[in-house]
Amino acid sequence: MTIIDPTDAIPAPRSGDAEKTGPLLEVRDLHVEFQTREGLVKAVNGVNYSVDSGETLAVLGESGSGKSVTAQAIMGILDMPPARIPQGEILFHGRDMLKMSGEERRKLRGARIAMIFQDALSSLNPVLSVGYQLGEMFRVHQGLSRKEAKVKAIELMDRVKIPAAAARVNDYPHQFSGGMRQRIMIAMALALEPDLIIADEPTTALDVTVQAQVMDLLAELQREYQMGLILITHDLGVVADVADKIAVMYAGRIVETAPVHELYKRPAHPYTRGLLDSIPRLDQKGQDLYAIKGLPPNLLKVPSGCAFNPRCEKAQDICRTELPPLVPVTERDGTELPGRASACHFWKETIHG
Amino acid sequence: MAELTKADEPTDATPNVSDVEVADVHSEEEAVAALDAHVDRGEPILQVRNLVKHFPLTQGIVVKRQIGAVKAVDGISFDLYQGETLGIVGESGCGKSTVAKLLMNLERATAGEIFYKGQDITRLSGRALKAVRRNIQMIFQDPYTSLNPRMTVGDIIGEPFDIHPEAAPKGDRRRKVQELLDVVGLNPEYINRYPHQFSGGQRQRIGIARGLALNPEVIICDEPVSALDVSVQAQVINLMERLQNEFNLSYIFIAHDLSIVRHISDRVGVMYLGKMAEIGTDEQIYDHPTHPYTQALLSAVPVPDPDAREHRERIILTGDVPSPANPPSGCRFRTRCWKAQDRCAEEMPLLAVPERFKGSDSPAAHESACHFAEEKDVVHAA
Repeated sequence: MTIIDPTDAIPAPRSGDAEKTGPLLEVRDLHVEFQTREGLVKAVNGVNYSVDSGETLAVLGESGSGKSVTAQAIMGILDMPPARIPQGEILFHGRDMLKMSGEERRKLRGARIAMIFQDALSSLNPVLSVGYQLGEMFRVHQGLSRKEAKVKAIELMDRVKIPAAAARVNDYPHQFSGGMRQRIMIAMALALEPDLIIADEPTTALDVTVQAQVMDLLAELQREYQMGLILITHDLGVVADVADKIAVMYAGRIVETAPVHELYKRPAHPYTRGLLDSIPRLDQKGQDLYAIKGLPPNLLKVPSGCAFNPRCEKAQDICRTELPPLVPVTERDGTELPGRASACHFWKETIHG
Repeated sequence: MAELTKADEPTDATPNVSDVEVADVHSEEEAVAALDAHVDRGEPILQVRNLVKHFPLTQGIVVKRQIGAVKAVDGISFDLYQGETLGIVGESGCGKSTVAKLLMNLERATAGEIFYKGQDITRLSGRALKAVRRNIQMIFQDPYTSLNPRMTVGDIIGEPFDIHPEAAPKGDRRRKVQELLDVVGLNPEYINRYPHQFSGGQRQRIGIARGLALNPEVIICDEPVSALDVSVQAQVINLMERLQNEFNLSYIFIAHDLSIVRHISDRVGVMYLGKMAEIGTDEQIYDHPTHPYTQALLSAVPVPDPDAREHRERIILTGDVPSPANPPSGCRFRTRCWKAQDRCAEEMPLLAVPERFKGSDSPAAHESACHFAEEKDVVHAA
């Protein structure tokens, strides 16, 4: 393999145990804002999270919660301007990617951090064959010839279980079904065996039977390559199936973090609780669905204090004036609950009451 | 049209064409009058019999030749009872939205009948059809594209009154529209606003208000909440349930989200490639499915309970849905079915209560189109 220019700018690969200290990726106090005609939209307001190799972090939130913007900031694919990152750090293998030059980031993107998008049809180029698009990764990052790249592309398509890969490598995206196209997206993300994959609603556009196939494939490949995975979704069912830990976002902030089993059993934020109560269940038929009243906030005028306060049943005066910080959640007797935190003034009442 | 459809009646039609009381109408006036008939709760209001819709595939530009047909809906039959919700589920391309269009008479059926209060609406035209349409309304999937961005909310909700002026006297319309806004939980003062000033959930409420405007008896909902956020979904579902009780509506609820369908439906039909695979009450379908496709579909749904992920048996289907232009012979599901045998390729299974469950009163005794129907609970963790 001829790897072009493996400069010292690129952090040591996974195999080298030079940097085994910090997590694979750590987002610290990230802020993202957009300058629009109506005013300044603060899409992300101080997000912190981290992912380790082989770990799956699910970022859960509704539209406008900032979950995708955070992911785009990590990938470095935000349009700047109108977007701006006024403060924050994104540490990948301990190095702040926001301080890297464009060229350095370009070398990481695709090779070390890859992204799977929601809508495979519009993310693939309709006028290029899938083999060409898959091979592009090898041609650009590794300087392979077209012929070599095509062989690699066929291997990749086999990897993601596309039947008759050799025969289909010259087909165009429209000749594939939705599930197959999503497999091609996954293959593309996997091409250079990245350390981290960000999947933004990877199965939302797919049918349930195909969704199960694709999620299984993703989980299997993640195990095989020991990749970190950030799964961005609004589907609480998918999260329960694959995640190790969860970060719940609301109006640009993380309102709760927890290991997956804990979150579903004992949510520590009223928003999480409301979300869990408002989904209908397949295995039981309840009466009226619980519905969180009101609408997600307009990011141009986020309510003061806790952004969730106008929709919250537990809201008190303090919620309208004081922004609750994300604080660690403990048992009643003060025993620590590792990985758990909640941004609610009344988390004690929510989790224990 | 009528002569034509008789000719290509499908030979494989499901056999439960029975007991439809065809209204004895001779003129348009009588037809219109028959629509005012009262249907008791629990009586069938809509009866679909062997409904077929084939979209022709043609070749050539000047001289068009038909080279085949996409068999979007291929002989399905079901009843909708007054006051109930019938859920229709299936993967994309199974024909569920085509069924919705056929019921609305937006597409002409290739063959088969749809009886609304005993009248075959596939053969109606003119004034009688207009009268039927007043009673069957639709709520669409995408609240962003189903509302005209250049019309105010008042115009959108009031438009049905332009087409059916008898429903509301002219001077009364504004008040009626405001009432409707209030019913669906929107501020009546928003009457002069435009759709872009509303969020997705609010837009869907506008769509619902428009569907309610003419006081219909049947509402066909085609994926009404799939485009909405989770917390807003619950609001809209609750609203639809409340309106059903308040206005005594019957719903056909088409969706791909099986959890929501279970929540809202009294009965559920599962479609696969233009055919009904299984139909029964929500308990029969979800807790006692007998068709392998239903079982696979249910087992694939992610359950929001991380503890279940180790115990739950999952049936992962291989491959994709075959093309409806060239469906497999015999049972359409056989290419993806783990139970398939030679018989499945030769003989099309009929939608009926399976032989082995006949006469039993177990919940497994419901209509299922499989030669090897067998009960299997896939939803509840073992």
